[in-house]
Amino acid sequence: MRKILLPSLIIVAASLLLIRIFYLQVINDTFKLKSENNAIKIKYDYPERGYIFDRYGKLLVSNQASYDIMVIPRELKNIDTLEFCQLLNITKEDYIEKIAKAKVYSPRLPSVFLAQLNKSEFAAFQEKIRKFEGFYFQKRSLRDYEVDFGANIFGGITEVNEKTIEKNSYYKSGDLIGVQGVEQSYEEILRGIKGVKYIQKDKYNREIGSYKNGKYDTIAVQGEDINLTLDADLQRYGEQLMINKRGGIVAIEPKTGEILSLITAPSYDPSILVGRQRSKNYTLLYYDSIAKPLYDRGLLAEYPPGSPFKILTGLIGLQEGVINEQTTYTCYNGFSYARGRFMKCHAHAPSQQLHNGIYNSCNTYFAQTYMRIISKYVKPSYAVDVWSNHLKSFGLGQFMGYDLPTGKRGNIPDSKTYKRIYPNGGWRGTTIVSNSIGQGEVLMTPIQLASMMATVANEGYYYTPHMIKKIKGEQIDPKFKVKHQTTIDKKHFKPLISGLFDVYNVGTARSLRVEGIDIAGKTGTAENFAKIGGKRVQLKDHSIFVAFAPKDNPKIAIAVLVENGGFGATIAGPIASLMIEKYLRKKITRIDLETRILNISLRDEYAKMGGMKAAEAIETTPKDISIKNNEFSNFTRKDTTTQN
Amino acid sequence: MKNQSIKKNLDWTCILIYSALVIMGWLNIYSSSLSSIDETYQKQLIFILLTIPLIFIILAIDGKFYEKYASIIFIGSLITLAGLFLFGKTIAGQRCWYAIGSFTIQPSEFAKAATSLALAKFLSDSQINLKETNRQIQALAIVFLPVLLILPQPDPGSALIYSIFIIVLYREGLPAWYVWTGFSTITLFVLSLVLEPQYVILIALITLLLVHFKSRLGDRNIVLSSILFVLISGFVLSVNYVFENVFKQHHRDRFNILLGKTVDLKGVGYNTNQSEIAIGSGGWLGRGFLEGTQTKGGFVPEQHTDYIFTTVGEEWGFAGSIVVIGLFVSLFLRVIYLAERQKTKFSRVYGYCVAGILFTHFFVNIAMVVGIFPTIGVPLPFFSYGGSGLWGFTILLFIFLKMDANKVNEW
Repeated sequence: MRKILLPSLIIVAASLLLIRIFYLQVINDTFKLKSENNAIKIKYDYPERGYIFDRYGKLLVSNQASYDIMVIPRELKNIDTLEFCQLLNITKEDYIEKIAKAKVYSPRLPSVFLAQLNKSEFAAFQEKIRKFEGFYFQKRSLRDYEVDFGANIFGGITEVNEKTIEKNSYYKSGDLIGVQGVEQSYEEILRGIKGVKYIQKDKYNREIGSYKNGKYDTIAVQGEDINLTLDADLQRYGEQLMINKRGGIVAIEPKTGEILSLITAPSYDPSILVGRQRSKNYTLLYYDSIAKPLYDRGLLAEYPPGSPFKILTGLIGLQEGVINEQTTYTCYNGFSYARGRFMKCHAHAPSQQLHNGIYNSCNTYFAQTYMRIISKYVKPSYAVDVWSNHLKSFGLGQFMGYDLPTGKRGNIPDSKTYKRIYPNGGWRGTTIVSNSIGQGEVLMTPIQLASMMATVANEGYYYTPHMIKKIKGEQIDPKFKVKHQTTIDKKHFKPLISGLFDVYNVGTARSLRVEGIDIAGKTGTAENFAKIGGKRVQLKDHSIFVAFAPKDNPKIAIAVLVENGGFGATIAGPIASLMIEKYLRKKITRIDLETRILNISLRDEYAKMGGMKAAEAIETTPKDISIKNNEFSNFTRKDTTTQN
Repeated sequence: MKNQSIKKNLDWTCILIYSALVIMGWLNIYSSSLSSIDETYQKQLIFILLTIPLIFIILAIDGKFYEKYASIIFIGSLITLAGLFLFGKTIAGQRCWYAIGSFTIQPSEFAKAATSLALAKFLSDSQINLKETNRQIQALAIVFLPVLLILPQPDPGSALIYSIFIIVLYREGLPAWYVWTGFSTITLFVLSLVLEPQYVILIALITLLLVHFKSRLGDRNIVLSSILFVLISGFVLSVNYVFENVFKQHHRDRFNILLGKTVDLKGVGYNTNQSEIAIGSGGWLGRGFLEGTQTKGGFVPEQHTDYIFTTVGEEWGFAGSIVVIGLFVSLFLRVIYLAERQKTKFSRVYGYCVAGILFTHFFVNIAMVVGIFPTIGVPLPFFSYGGSGLWGFTILLFIFLKMDANKVNEW
């Protein structure tokens, strides 16, 4: 008995140790991770971000070097604080505070002393940096904008947030990521792939060489350049025309779906969101909830389209066979569509057919057509769905699938919509007749309006609008090459287009003709209201214009919306015609018209409701940022009517 | 001719295991020393090479020499320990080195062999019967004299090793209650740190009552049981008092970490945490020689000395750990087997001491490294960096191997 105590003890003890070691090494796997965090540092080699060019190869966005001044507090020696502060243009208090902060983080490790200096800010300091022991610099790459427009299209780059890091393991804290615009849509192409270097650290967090001789290291892959479908000159011109106005312009090449310009106003110079001023300026833009400079009206603003929608009503009427070109309605300044219900119309000859119905924008004609569509089928709910499906074949009422990260569906009602609104039934054609003239429940965004015009120009098909023209070394998304055919037969477009052409010849836009260019277009006006001091006040109408040109070989389809711009032909129409001329001729012949438009300021209109001046504090004044006014609704309500 | 017989009679199993452990130890020291500037692996190589002449000297000395001069060696050892108080060099708060130039030597590493010899010598006297209280006191005195000199250095780790002599004495006839008392004391100590004192006392009461009523009627001694109960209660209550008032904060910290009461990974818990991370990251097969990131980064403090096993765990994984632990266990069992085979009581007791001392170092060290024992500075035999330790263990083992090889010459 006495002999076996020690051997037993040995065996029990050794087993105990092995069990514990087995637990540590095999069962519990948290230690492996901990050891990696502990001892291996990952260093990234950031490739240069791809450049952005316009459709003709003009450079729009490139990169600039920026410099972070780093400090290792423990290595600071005999700093001439006065000289140092002068060189970097900071106060002594700043200096003391920043050093103290760095010390709190770690006396031994580098921390950022001053971030994102540009070349000129850095130049003077660079010469003397040797004198300041303990300081060194780190180069970073930031965006450099060659142009002062297109902020909404480009988007920007910023440090990734926690959420993104959690979702996507590629990103680590401190990395830059594209946000909004094409920087976001084509992030993976533009950014390239960062190189990884594994570095062995010691317990003081010092680097002591590469891990496993670089066995796991990877080389950075350069970001690819991209060409946008954007016409830089057209974009600039459009933004200039929109100065002191609010709204959006979208121009599309009908044959390809390429977006030629995408303008939102007010906008800002993209370079104010680069470098040290970024967060300050971004905050100002972000909190400007009235002018909403960060809100891309071209993509996001859902408006009742108004008169341009009559084009679709006419097309569906023809397709459904409820009207033909000869169908005539009589209109005496309006249409009494139900007892006590009257839809106003404008002064024009009482007898209307499709052709002059379009260029006179006759409400009665299209309301009657709509009533016929709805009453063609026994059940109005079925009829509404037929109508709705025709519209949806144009890509309306849905995200269009374009390659920009923001968007709105718009709204195309169907029987379900009305079942929701009238749960007990009882709705009829007359109840929803406002839809016929682009009011009622119908909502469209400017890009949908532009795409609709492109479809009309193409006589029945469209391509998904897109911003990407070319990716170096890669194919663009094949979905942009897919032809979407609408449910309307090609033959029905001809009469419509001829009506739209006469809008310029004898109709609502006859003053906007451009010599030598055949334009087909349509004015639109949308009423809108706001609550001011608790009272519902009608504001000046939104001015809308859609067009394409040249009529026989369309190269550009365009939608213009100017908030509170009034009658469609006063502001939106001229802007559309100037844009078309600019694009097709590269120069403007009607200087007086151009000057008039450039000088129109709706500031007073917007200022009627008072305003705030926050964004004016931005140092590099974004060109249109100071337009302010009070809240108002961007779209009209159900029972408003068009007037033109 | 004599050399011939020694060669034939030496236990080559032990020597092979010994050599394997020393070489593996050096490889791990090599790996762990890459992170520091001092090239400890070079020094250790010199220490290892110097063990070869040392071994030859030990084997060359006549086997009877150790028995004859055991007392003198022991007294000499006590004197060197005592001399530390006058001439010792203080390193990291511990006054347990003699410095000769840049060379330091730690006498407590040699004292274990001396104590073993003295104890073996004392017990080998055929007159000695450990049933007698006087003899028990004498035997324990031999064990506790060096402990008294080592504890105040302070070197609790080395002192702790001497507790194994109780087991050796038990083998030679010390009454069992010494061992039981030892075990119970440790158990009670740990219990009273983990649980509230009243629960520990309750557990003790139930245990005592069970023992009392389970034993035969004649053996029941209500007085003895009551006294025991009072003693236990007093002990439990005093443990808390001692822990809170006598122990220094760093002692308390070490226990608290172990008991999971404190989690301060940057301060007092750093060592244990880092060494657990190192071992834990090894997995089944380890990261490979010289590939341990914890080892390379020098995250584990004292890795080449007391924490050398973390390198084994990290770079060689569970497989490597099994091999090392397996080698150690084989060595201990082999030595015990050889000891039981000895013809003289002297060499048997000595062999037992050798196995016991090596085992205690082994267990305390690795248990500390894997986080099931408080942080106590005890080297891993043959593995840890350090000349004194290596030579101390080598001397300890090879004196026994010499005795074992000598046995044929005895009557």
